[in-house]
Amino acid sequence: MNENTNTGMIQMDSVSKWYGQFQVLIDCTTKVDKGEVVVICGPSGSGKSTLIKVINGLEAFQEGVITFDGVSVGDPATDLPKLRSRIGMVFQNFELFPHITITDNINLAQLKVLNREKDEATERSMELLERVGLMDQRDKFPAQLSGGQQQRVAIARALAMDPSAMLFDEPTSALDPEMINEVLDVMTELAKEGMTMMVVTHEMGFAKRVADRVIFMDEGRIEEDCTKDEFFGGERGARAQEFLSKILTH
Amino acid sequence: MEGGFDFAIILESVPYLAEGMVLTFQLALLGISGGIFFGTLLALCRLSPFAPLSFIAGSYVNFFRSMPLILVIFWFYFMVPLIVGRPVGGFWSVTIAFIMFEAAYYCEIMRAGIQSVTVGQVYAGQALGLTYRQNMQYIVLPQAFRNMIPIMLTQAIVLFQDTSLVYVVGLGDFLVHADIVANRDNRLMEMFTTVAVVYFVLCLLGTLYIRRLQRKLAHE
Amino acid sequence: MNFSYNWDWGVLLCTVEDVDIGCIAPYFYWIVEGFGWTIAVASAAWVIAFTWGSIIGILRTLETPIWLTVPFVKSSSTFKTTVIEATGGVVLINIAWFLHGFATVYVTIFRNIPLLVQMFLWYFVLPEIVSKEAGMWLKRELPLPEYWTAVTCLGLYTASRVGEAVRAGINSITQGQHYAAMAVGLTRVQVYRYVLLPVAYRIIIPPMTSDFLGIFKNSSLALTIGVLELTAMTRQIDEYSYQTFEAFTAATVLYILVTAIVMFAMRIVEGRVAIPGMISLGAK
Repeated sequence: MNENTNTGMIQMDSVSKWYGQFQVLIDCTTKVDKGEVVVICGPSGSGKSTLIKVINGLEAFQEGVITFDGVSVGDPATDLPKLRSRIGMVFQNFELFPHITITDNINLAQLKVLNREKDEATERSMELLERVGLMDQRDKFPAQLSGGQQQRVAIARALAMDPSAMLFDEPTSALDPEMINEVLDVMTELAKEGMTMMVVTHEMGFAKRVADRVIFMDEGRIEEDCTKDEFFGGERGARAQEFLSKILTH
Repeated sequence: MEGGFDFAIILESVPYLAEGMVLTFQLALLGISGGIFFGTLLALCRLSPFAPLSFIAGSYVNFFRSMPLILVIFWFYFMVPLIVGRPVGGFWSVTIAFIMFEAAYYCEIMRAGIQSVTVGQVYAGQALGLTYRQNMQYIVLPQAFRNMIPIMLTQAIVLFQDTSLVYVVGLGDFLVHADIVANRDNRLMEMFTTVAVVYFVLCLLGTLYIRRLQRKLAHE
Repeated sequence: MNFSYNWDWGVLLCTVEDVDIGCIAPYFYWIVEGFGWTIAVASAAWVIAFTWGSIIGILRTLETPIWLTVPFVKSSSTFKTTVIEATGGVVLINIAWFLHGFATVYVTIFRNIPLLVQMFLWYFVLPEIVSKEAGMWLKRELPLPEYWTAVTCLGLYTASRVGEAVRAGINSITQGQHYAAMAVGLTRVQVYRYVLLPVAYRIIIPPMTSDFLGIFKNSSLALTIGVLELTAMTRQIDEYSYQTFEAFTAATVLYILVTAIVMFAMRIVEGRVAIPGMISLGAK
């Protein structure tokens, strides 16, 4: 699995990260091609959240190289805010900005980072709200919406930046069961349209339907990194099997 | 800077300054203990279901928390003798002023402390057959105090600094003694710098101790 | 109660014209003038306290490094510490560490020295330790030296309290909000400006109100260096007329009024800026 071809939109080579003495990521190497949907799964504390967060530089890493579309993430000379504007990210706890309306939430980065005109930005925001089915809530504040609605706004907020790739950090883990599907539907559609996606999730049904590849992480290492069919069908390592058998009920 | 920094004068005046510091500590300790005692009483009154008691305590607290301490000191320094009908020592007027002032602040701290003891604890005590007073004495107040120790100590440091305000009535505390020496020998810079450094060191030590205490309490 | 005391509320309303009531001086106007000085000192000091305090508070939240290149310095070695690092011949310095440290030292100094002592340091010691010209300017040329000294002292002291409040407000915002703001491409400055500060300031309205009232009350300390604010005036009336009780009552009433009005106003402000849908903000 040692591709030295720089074809990956997201390319990660021998990345290690320590929190003090504790090593959170151990020699992680993988890549995500343009248009690929990669699902990352594994037990808690395996480092999956951290893996996602080092890709757009939210977390620093001590060893290895990460490039996004050719740009090195770890290089001190890289303009991280600019890089991040090209990568969309959706968080487990939605993290909408509470003090502004959801329309303004979607507008904010368009105005301040991409320097779009107010009209242009608002138009795009309306488009996206329509697409995620929340047009009629456009003047509401985040606290007035349900979890599923907030997460859909969060996806719209990320899409407003016209990103080249989207990262999802357990997007449905904080949702009540009845709202999980509305969010997964939006994500499925995105995948169908060819968005490059990296999704940390426990939703194996989603993985089976939508993913191209599955990565299994355990204790900071990438234990399995194969196609979806290989992962769910064939002989995988003991740890992965154990994990799958515990959570595969969907 | 005229004539350089005169360390000698500081060394010479150490005994006199120490005298002043004794008064500072006396005032502070009386203020703290009186403040905590009456503050706790006030907190209990404020939390009482008996409306008039709660109202009176609340008004007392709001009143004293709107006042500058200097004005309160003036009130007691000039009013107490008039009320009592004869001259009262400055020290005791000022001490009463401090206690009554600090009681309002400690009341709020203790009130927060008492409310931080979960209601389940109170129920448990009642279920065991304890009276209100016993409940307070053995279950609620001890826990309330423990929760609030860092904040109470921080308030104590604030009080320690506030004792310097007796300057306005000339009571001989640490600052006033330094001021006297400063004016007598025209060494304002040396004396006030000394005062600042001494207060800084004492308060910093206190603050560091509180931080260590907080860490210890957090680990239990 | 043995009250051998001549009550005379009229003393508060004496004006120069009413000679026949036995008044010597315009006490009413003294109260007004004193109150005016109190407001003047408090408001000017608050402007300093709020702006400088916000900066100090923000500086105290700078945990992650900000690397700046040191000009003119070249290094052939390579090392990496939390404060300074050298790679590829260039030396970088973590300016966040220095700013954070400065703010911490600032707060430590200003909170561990009594306000009255600080006042004396500014008024008596500062002119001595600056250069001869600056010292002369402070003592002779500066208009209203007592006023400006009191304002500066009070402002810088309260800034340390405001700083602590701002720091607490920012720290009570979850890390997730930081991440979300950065993930969407906002720079550090933008993160503070559009996401952190708007929420933090709403959270800290109660402690800020308390600090604001604190400035009002602490303005009374200015009387020790000669500012004739409200409390000073009551002493003056007391000395002139021996109507102690009336004089102090007037001041007391005014302080209570100020507190009541400010608290009322702040409650309205809190209602106005409240975020729809949220019952209570932040720090629980």
